[in-house]
Amino acid sequence: MRRIVFLIVILAVGLAVDNPYRLQLLTIVGVNTMLTLGLNMLMGYAGQISLGHAAFYGIGAYTTAILTTHAQWPPLLALPAAVLLTAVVALVVGFPTLKLTGYYLGMGTLGFGMIVYILLREWSAVTGGASGLVGIPPLAVGGFTIRPGRDYFYLVWLMVMLLFIICERVVDSRVGRALRAIHDSEKAAAAMGIDTIRAKVSVFVLSAVFAALAGFLYAHLISFISPGSFDFMMSIRLVTMVVIGGMASIWGAVLGAFILTLLPEWLHVFADYEVIIYGSILMTVMIFLPQGLTRGVLDIYERSRHKFNSARSAASQG
Amino acid sequence: MAESSKAPHGAMLRIRNLKCYYGRIQAINGVSLSVRSGEIVTLIGANGAGKSTLMQAICGLLSQWEGEIRFRDKPLRGKKAPEIVREGVSLVPEGRWIFPPLSVMDNLRLGAYTRKARSERKSVAEDVEAMLELFPVLRERARQAAGTLSGGEQQMLAIGRALMSRPRLLLLDEPSMGLAPLMVRKILDTLAELREKGLTILLVEQNARAALQTADRGYVLENGRIVLDGPAADLLADQEVKRAYLGKDYREFTEGRV
Repeated sequence: MRRIVFLIVILAVGLAVDNPYRLQLLTIVGVNTMLTLGLNMLMGYAGQISLGHAAFYGIGAYTTAILTTHAQWPPLLALPAAVLLTAVVALVVGFPTLKLTGYYLGMGTLGFGMIVYILLREWSAVTGGASGLVGIPPLAVGGFTIRPGRDYFYLVWLMVMLLFIICERVVDSRVGRALRAIHDSEKAAAAMGIDTIRAKVSVFVLSAVFAALAGFLYAHLISFISPGSFDFMMSIRLVTMVVIGGMASIWGAVLGAFILTLLPEWLHVFADYEVIIYGSILMTVMIFLPQGLTRGVLDIYERSRHKFNSARSAASQG
Repeated sequence: MAESSKAPHGAMLRIRNLKCYYGRIQAINGVSLSVRSGEIVTLIGANGAGKSTLMQAICGLLSQWEGEIRFRDKPLRGKKAPEIVREGVSLVPEGRWIFPPLSVMDNLRLGAYTRKARSERKSVAEDVEAMLELFPVLRERARQAAGTLSGGEQQMLAIGRALMSRPRLLLLDEPSMGLAPLMVRKILDTLAELREKGLTILLVEQNARAALQTADRGYVLENGRIVLDGPAADLLADQEVKRAYLGKDYREFTEGRV
C-alpha cells in the first residue's frame, strides 16, 4: 500500500514539475536518497559509523566517467564495472576496518575517505585532477537516450524505490535481525552464533554498492564530475542526512536526504546568513528531536493525541 | 545390555586441564570436568572464581585458552562461536544479554540464527510456538520490546532464545542473578523439566543451595581451580561447602578468623 502511494507521488511530482532546474534538483534528491538508504543500513541498523561514505560514491561516479570518456564504453557496460569495483574496494577496506568499533571505526573510515579524495584529485592523468572530468555521455539504452529532465527523474526515483524495497526486505529478514542485534551488543550477537565480522562486512558492501549506483546516476546526470563532490564534507553531509531523518528508519533516510538537499536552496534568500541558519536548524532538530525527524514527529503526534484524549475524557466526566 | 545402556550416557562435554588467560592474567588454572548426557551439572563458586570465563571458553567467545575441551568427542579448539552453536552448545549468558530494543519475538528468532536453511523455516516457527508454550508470559508480551520485560521475564526470554538453536547442551551462567526466590524456583523447575525431555545442562551458580538442589552433580570452583566435586546431595551436606557457600555457621567462620 505504502509502495503504491510512493509510486503515485513519484508519478504525480514528475508530471506536475515542469521547470528543468527543479526537476534536476529533485533528481539529485533521489541520488542522495540512494546514498542515505545505504548508509542508514550500515549506521542506523548495524550501528557502524562511516565517515568516508562519499568515497564509494566517488569510486562509482569516476569509474563510469573514466570508462565512458577515456575508453568509450557504453554506459550500460560501465555500470556493472562501477558496481563491481566499488564492491571489491568495500570488501578489501571493510575487513580490517570493521574490526574497529566506535571512534576508531570513525577514524578508519575517515582516513579511507581522505585517501580516495586525494587519489581523485592528484591522479590527473586518469581522473582529470582537480578540474575533473567533462563530457560524460548521457545514458543510452539501445537506441533510446535518457536525457536529464523528466525521464531521468523517473529513472532515478524508480531506482530509489527499488533500493527502498530491498532495504525493507533486508530489515525484516534474518540478516536484518542479526544487524540490529549487532547494533545492540556485538558480544551477545556472537553468542547467538552470528558471525559478526561477516555480517558487518556484508552490510558495508551493500551500502557501498548503493553508493556506487548513486555515483553512476549522478555522473551521467551532471555529465561533469570533480573531486569536490566526493570530499569529506560530502561524507559528513550524508551522515547528517541519516541522523536528521532518523536512524534505523528507512523513511527517515528519504526524509533526511530530501530536507538536507533542499534546505540550502530554500535558504538562499538569507544570502550571507545562509550557513548560520542552516546550522541552527540542524542544532534545533538535534536538541529537540534527538531521535531524528521521523521518530520525533511521530512522538509529538502520539503525545498530542494522548493529551487530546485525556482532555476529552476529563471533559466528559466533568 | 549394560554396555549399550552405558554408551549414550558417555561424557557429552569433557574438559581437561583448561587454562584461560586475559592477556597475562590467568583466570582458570587447570580445570578438568565432565558433563554426561542427560545430566544437570552445577558449577558453584564465588565472584571472580572464573565461572563465566569457563563458560565463555566453551562457547568460543574467549579464544585465549590452553588444554582440551571436547564436545561429543570432537575437540572445540579453534572453533568460533557460530560453529559451536551449530554443534549444539547454547549459552544463556550472565546478565542475560537480551536485545532490549528488539521485540520478544525477534529475540527468540535470533536464537535460531544458525538454522538458516529454507527447509528449517517451518520447524523454527514451531519452536517459537513451543517457547511461547513453555513461557506463557512471553506470549502476552510477544510484540513488546524485550527491554520492557521484568528481570524474571527477561531470564525466561534468554533461556527460550538459547533453546531456539536446538542445543544438546545448555549452558546457563547465573540464571538466578537478581531474581526473587520464587522466580529462581520457577526457572530451576523449568530446567529440571527440560532435562526430563533429554537436554543436558551445565549450570553455573552463586546461589549454591538452589543449584545443588536441582543438579545431579556439582563442582566447586575457587580461584580458578576445582577444589571439590561429587554428587549434589553430598556437596549439600559437606561442611566446607556449607561454610563457604550455603551461609551456615557464618559466625563460627568469622570468629575463627578473627
